[in-house]
Amino acid sequence: MMSASTYDQTKPLLVLKGVKKAFGHHQVLKGFNLELYPNENVVILGKSGSGKSVLIKCLVRLIEMDEGHIEVLGRSMADVEQDELDAIRTDVGFLFQGSALYDSMTVRENLLFPLRRHPGRMRGRSEAELVREALGNVGLEKAADLMPDELSGGMKRRVALARTLILKPKIILYDEPTTGLDPITANEIIQLILKLQDELMTSSLIITHDMDCARVISNRVVILQDGINYAQGTYSELARSTDPKVKAFYKEVQNPIDG
Amino acid sequence: MEFMDLQKIKSTVIYGLEETGHISRFAGRFFAQAFRPPFEWKEFFKQCYLIGYSSLFLVSATGFIMGIVLTLQIRPTMISFGAASYMPNMVGIAFIREIGPMVTALICAGKIGSGIGAELGSMRVTEQIDAMEVSGTNPFKFLVVTRIWAATMMLPLLVIAADFVGLTGSYLIESTRGDVTATLYFGRVFSSLVLGDVIPATVKTFFFGFVIGLIGCYKGFFSKKGTAGVGKAANSAVVLASLLLFLVDFLAVLVADIFYTI
Repeated sequence: MMSASTYDQTKPLLVLKGVKKAFGHHQVLKGFNLELYPNENVVILGKSGSGKSVLIKCLVRLIEMDEGHIEVLGRSMADVEQDELDAIRTDVGFLFQGSALYDSMTVRENLLFPLRRHPGRMRGRSEAELVREALGNVGLEKAADLMPDELSGGMKRRVALARTLILKPKIILYDEPTTGLDPITANEIIQLILKLQDELMTSSLIITHDMDCARVISNRVVILQDGINYAQGTYSELARSTDPKVKAFYKEVQNPIDG
Repeated sequence: MEFMDLQKIKSTVIYGLEETGHISRFAGRFFAQAFRPPFEWKEFFKQCYLIGYSSLFLVSATGFIMGIVLTLQIRPTMISFGAASYMPNMVGIAFIREIGPMVTALICAGKIGSGIGAELGSMRVTEQIDAMEVSGTNPFKFLVVTRIWAATMMLPLLVIAADFVGLTGSYLIESTRGDVTATLYFGRVFSSLVLGDVIPATVKTFFFGFVIGLIGCYKGFFSKKGTAGVGKAANSAVVLASLLLFLVDFLAVLVADIFYTI
């Protein structure tokens, strides 16, 4: 098994080739292709129901794809056994849209939960030290003993981010990181993500329909439309695109009420 | 009309068979993982506390009332047959063999089964189970195996508590209506019981606990999205677990009967 540290940094960390997924007769993904390179932030833009969440869930095998090839850190996800899959998953952080904090556990226990199951990730440091550091990174040092229901939406997202980062993953998948947050908190989360990525040198795949988030955070934007990677480029390249579908998409996402 | 009815019966039968298959596979998954390390001891003991201790009052109160009601209902008939002195024997056998285990199991199906179904259902809906999975943790082992084990281990203890409190309730009625001491009452209860009463009754309570844990976990773990899904998971956990409890009880009585015959 190839560990993340021995992985060739010039190769893509994630490779998706011809990924297809259908639910009954509804074909959600019709052959999606993507590569994510080290230290890159790729934003996948798509309308609600376009299959963005399905795509990143296929990536970590929360949902099994029907056809295609997914490679994470050089390992084909289709071939791995459960133990190896768990090992890969510790290299791939996942920030859920609703934060998905364990609501029967305190913030501290939430952070310790993945750590205690992967003690090798503690790198000889104590649990208390790692929790303090993780909460310090997201500016919530005093929240360790609070329960999730005592936190605001923004705080929950920060704790979830701290929990994702505590295992020091190489890749982070963000499922709508700013959805449901007010603009100020959303901006704080975006800045926090950028700061932490800069410090930890992670690569990110962010799915969103928040154009501000995509503009600030992305090195590259991929538009998911009709189940395929319809267009890609930098945010400004796509904003200037003359392709009628891309133009219509940008217009619609930026002014959803006008259509 | 008849065609519609046949279609409905057919789809109900197919659904029933499919559900049986899914539950059997879920149970198989439990046995495949239940004896394999690593064990989630901390979660197991937490669940034992939650399932056992937090149900103790309800189970005891129900058992106590059942003991009183049973004695009050049966006493006049026993007196009319001139068999009032056999009251402790009758109540003891009825409680230990059937009433204690069954009433406790049904109470627990309502309290524990629905609790587990709602908890896991809500965790599924809010993606907490997915979050465990992507952090490289086996959610089945952490959530399901621990809860089924805890329910299996705690139910016999709850039944013992219900039996004891129920017999105490019965004794209180006997002592106020008749002239009987605690030593005499419980002496007669225990003298009327044989191992053939106690062992099958105790063994079946492990199966009752297993069924309650299994169905609660199954319904919650595969809960459909949305708050309606959580409600449905909790509700169907109680209904299905109660139904299966009667089935297990029926089978247990049949098996025990074979031993009595031999």
